[in-house]
Parts: sequence; structure tokens; C-alpha cells
Amino acid sequence: MMTSESKRPSPMNPDTGTQASSGAKSATQGVGGLPTPVVGHAAASAPAKTAINVRRFSSWYGSFQALKNLELDIPAQRVTAFIGPSGCGKSTFLRWINRMNDTIPSARAEGTLELHGIDLLSKSLDVVELRRNVGMVFQKPNPFPKSIYDNVAFGPRLHKHYTRAELDQLVEQSLRQASIWNEVKDRLDASALSLSGGQQQRLCIARAIAVGPEVLLMDEPCSALDPKSTLAIEELIETLADRYTIVIVTHNMQQAARVSDQTAFFYEGSLVEVGDTEKIFTTPRNKQTEDYVTGRFG
Amino acid sequence: MAKPRSAASRLLQNRSFLWLCLIATNLAVLALGILLISILWQGLGTLDWDFLTNAASRKPENAGIVVPLWGSVWVCAICGLAALPLGVGTAIYLEEFARRTRFTRFIQTNILNLAGVPSIVYGILGLTAFARMFGVFGVGADAGVEIGDPDGLFYLRLPFGSSVLAGGLTLMLVILPIVIISTQEALRAIPPSLRSGALALGATTWQTVWGMTLPAAVPGIMTGSILAMSRAIGESAPLLVVGSALFLLATPNNIMSDFSVLPLQIFNWAQRPQAGFHDLAASAIIVQLIVLLAFNGVAVFIRQKLQKPLL
Repeated sequence: MMTSESKRPSPMNPDTGTQASSGAKSATQGVGGLPTPVVGHAAASAPAKTAINVRRFSSWYGSFQALKNLELDIPAQRVTAFIGPSGCGKSTFLRWINRMNDTIPSARAEGTLELHGIDLLSKSLDVVELRRNVGMVFQKPNPFPKSIYDNVAFGPRLHKHYTRAELDQLVEQSLRQASIWNEVKDRLDASALSLSGGQQQRLCIARAIAVGPEVLLMDEPCSALDPKSTLAIEELIETLADRYTIVIVTHNMQQAARVSDQTAFFYEGSLVEVGDTEKIFTTPRNKQTEDYVTGRFG
Repeated sequence: MAKPRSAASRLLQNRSFLWLCLIATNLAVLALGILLISILWQGLGTLDWDFLTNAASRKPENAGIVVPLWGSVWVCAICGLAALPLGVGTAIYLEEFARRTRFTRFIQTNILNLAGVPSIVYGILGLTAFARMFGVFGVGADAGVEIGDPDGLFYLRLPFGSSVLAGGLTLMLVILPIVIISTQEALRAIPPSLRSGALALGATTWQTVWGMTLPAAVPGIMTGSILAMSRAIGESAPLLVVGSALFLLATPNNIMSDFSVLPLQIFNWAQRPQAGFHDLAASAIIVQLIVLLAFNGVAVFIRQKLQKPLL
């Protein structure tokens, strides 16, 4: 049994400040390669395996078709960015991956959506287990009106019975991974609502990590944050990418260029183009993509 | 061409409206003040320990309110124990579990309508359903089914008759719609993003409700419920219909005991011809007001206590 004091070596550098020197990865740097490892944590250099496999995927809200015939592979332990104008279906697609659309009675989908070969659209799928495995971070930070500790412990407690010591350790580990441990370690019992917006969002990431997911879905995680907090989250995404498969929806073109390995451009429910981030931003095949990423429309 | 408004007339309008509002407010305060003062004037003289501990009597100087005071406590305790779980449960079902179908809309509309039904109607329902049980177990004074000892703490008979239990359940009918609606409001005040957050961590609907929504909504639920209980304490008409006694010498000793309640005792004393009873009615009103204030105080206290750690 471990106590909260016994710190396991964390693969992440808890201090975001030191990561700034490594610099946000530019679009031209090693796209298709790996996000810069921050500490000497060797990420797999083998070509990425496909985590999520999407074929002829369409979805509707009532009679409105929100997504049309998507074909897409989302690689494991890479960052995939979804870009496109508002209402083009990016968030809708994200919410299918962890079946959050189940809460909308009129939502339905057809086609293939698989995570490591498991059919995510199956009616018999255990969505509780799916959501444990596929975490989500929302646009607006949504910490629970509980203490910082209880926010992170909420998820683990749903799924298993932990001893206090195990939980202490899990909370610390999750907060460290989310690069917020140093800021909150002295006030774990304080309300999560007392944190700043950027800290709240990193807390929400810690909360999502705590249940041990493989995939992290991020729905415009920085759109409600100031530039400094945005930078902190982006650096965090880079460090998380060598462990987690990350899908991020963003309206910020530079952000997609900075943090992602693969970029998918959505327009009016269709997937216009998908490819290595570098190619999408420098030599897109599609005229529409080019216009969008260069800011000529959208 | 738009004519300019004169500054003087606008100021005059503003000032006269302010005065109108002040007069309206002060009229209400004045009425309450006069009532309180006259009650205190009339009732404080006879409000003493004997008054609180004596049972009913034909002589004003010997009469007390111990029986209706305990009757109110018993009836309201039963009312609260029955109304809270039922009301909160119904609200949780409607807000957190049920999908918006024609059926749930029908239930919702009915609950809203029930909140506006005069309480004496609930009294008639309580009389039929609880006190007489539709005559299924026979009609009249004889109990159809009996379990336990009539003088002991554990005693049950069917039908309930004019008992504490029948009275409490009847009051439950009166406040149930209020409890449901206030709980629904409290649950609706919890942002949907928090529910999404919990669901996205793999929580079931029940885990979301129990672990996140309900704790966050407890202050609101408590406030609404205790205000509903305050209403139950003040109710008299439905209990009169159910058969609350007006002259009793013994406090309730089990849920099948006969009972009287404070508002009915006040009503009873106030209509007596002797002036002495009128003073007692005023004293009983003071006691009733103190009980009400205590209840509202508890509501405020609980709300403050529960909200503090997170703000």
C-alpha cells in the first residue's frame, strides 16, 4: 500500500515553465513524426497504429444530416485536429466517439465507427466502459462544485473501490500529468471553482485522465481561455500525446498547426480533406482546404 | 418630428412612482405590524409554562396547548417523512431520468395544476383514501384490521380513521406538488455541463444524480421543502375534514392516536364566546409564529451551511 507521499516517477514534467523552452511544435517541424518528448520518456517511434477507424459514417439529428460519409483513420498516440467552420459537424463527430450523443433522443448514426475493432455504434455497447476508456474535455471548463481532490477522485470512485492511499496517489499522479499539481498541491480541499479558468481546464483534463482512458477527446478546450492558459494547455497536449490518442476540435488554425500530427478539415458535414498536419497547412490538395487554412473564408 | 421630453416631467414621474411603491410596501408592513402588536398585546399575558404544558380545559385559566402542539409535531413529522422522499424522488425522475414524452408532459402539467388546488379538496381526498379507505375495511368506528397494542407505540389499524397518520398523509398530499416543483427548480439550476462532465467520465445516470447533481441541489431542495413544511404546519382546513379533534386531553402516543393541531385549536378558541379563550387564541398564535420562524430559520441555516464550503 502506497501513501500519498510515495511519489512515483512521473513521465511528465509537472512544471509547465520548463516546457516552454522546448517550444511549441511548429507546423513545419517533423509532421507525422512525434511530439517533442519533454522529459526523456521514449515515445514509440514506430508508425502509428490506427486507434479509431471510420468508414462511410453518417449521422442525423432527426431529419437533418449532420455528417456525411466520413472516411477517416485516427492514429493511436497521436494528436488529430478537427478544423472547419462552426456547424460543420466536428463536435457532433467527437460526441459520437464517446457516445455523448446518446443524451440527444433525435441523434442517430450509420456506418462504421470502431475503436480497435470494437463497434462503437452497437446498441449493446457498454457506454459506461466506453466513456471510461474515451475521456472528454469540454469547451467551457466544467469542474464539479466540489473540492479539487474530489473532482479528480470522482471518476475513479465511479468505477472501483479504492483505499484512501490508492486514491491519494491516483489524484496526485493525475494532477501531475495535467501539469497542475504544483499549483494546487497545498489546497486540494479548496473548491475547484476557486481556480482560474485555465487551471480549471487543466483540472478537467486531470479528471479525465484519472479514470485511465486511452483516448482523450477535446472539444475546443482553449476557446474560453486567455492566451497564456491556452499555451499551457497546448504544451500539456504535447506531453500527453505520447500516452494518449488525442482528438481535438479547434477553431484556431494556429493551434491545429502547433499541436496536431494529423488534421481533418470538415465542411458542412463532410470531411473535405484529411492528412498530415504539415501537408494540410502547406500543400493541401483541395482548394477549399487551402482557402480555409489561409483564412480566405470561414 | 419627435418632441423632446421635459426633464421636469420625467423626474416627477420617477418620483411619484417611487412614492407609489413605498406606499404599497408600507401598507403590507403596516398591516403585519398591527396584527403582530395586537396579538402580542392580547396573548403575551397568558403565554406561560402552564399554557405550554396543560391540556384542553373548559376553563380558560386551566387550558393549554400541549395536545395540539404535539399533534402538530406528529402530523408534520409524518407529513415530512412521507412528502420528502416521494417529492424528491418524483422530481429526480422527471428531471434526470424521464425523456420528454407526452406522458411526462402530462404528469408535469398535472403537478402544476395540483399545486393550485384548494387544500380542503385534499382534505376530502384524505378522508376518503386514508381515514375511511373507501370503506373497504368496513364503515364506522370499528377498525377493520388491527395490528399491535392500541396503547403502545407500535399500533396500526385499517382504515386509519381520524388519526395522526391520516392527517400527516393528507398534509403530504397538500405539500407534495410544492416539494416536487421546488426540487425540480433546484435540479434545473444545476448546469447541464456538469451532468455532461459526469457522464463523460463513465458515470451512470444514477451515479451522476447521487454523486453530483443531488449534492449540488441540496440547498435548493432543503429551502423549498422546509417552506413547504411551513405551509403544512399552518394548514387547518384539510385536517378538519379528516376529523382532527377539537377537545383532547392526551397527546398522541402512536400514529393511530387522535390528534388536534395548533391552527385548529386557534380556530376553536377564537370562536368561543368567553373573552378568556380569545386571549388563549392569541397566545397560541404567538407559539405558532415562533414555530414557523424556527422552521424558516432552519431553512436559511441549512442553506448557508451547505453552500459555504464551495463559495
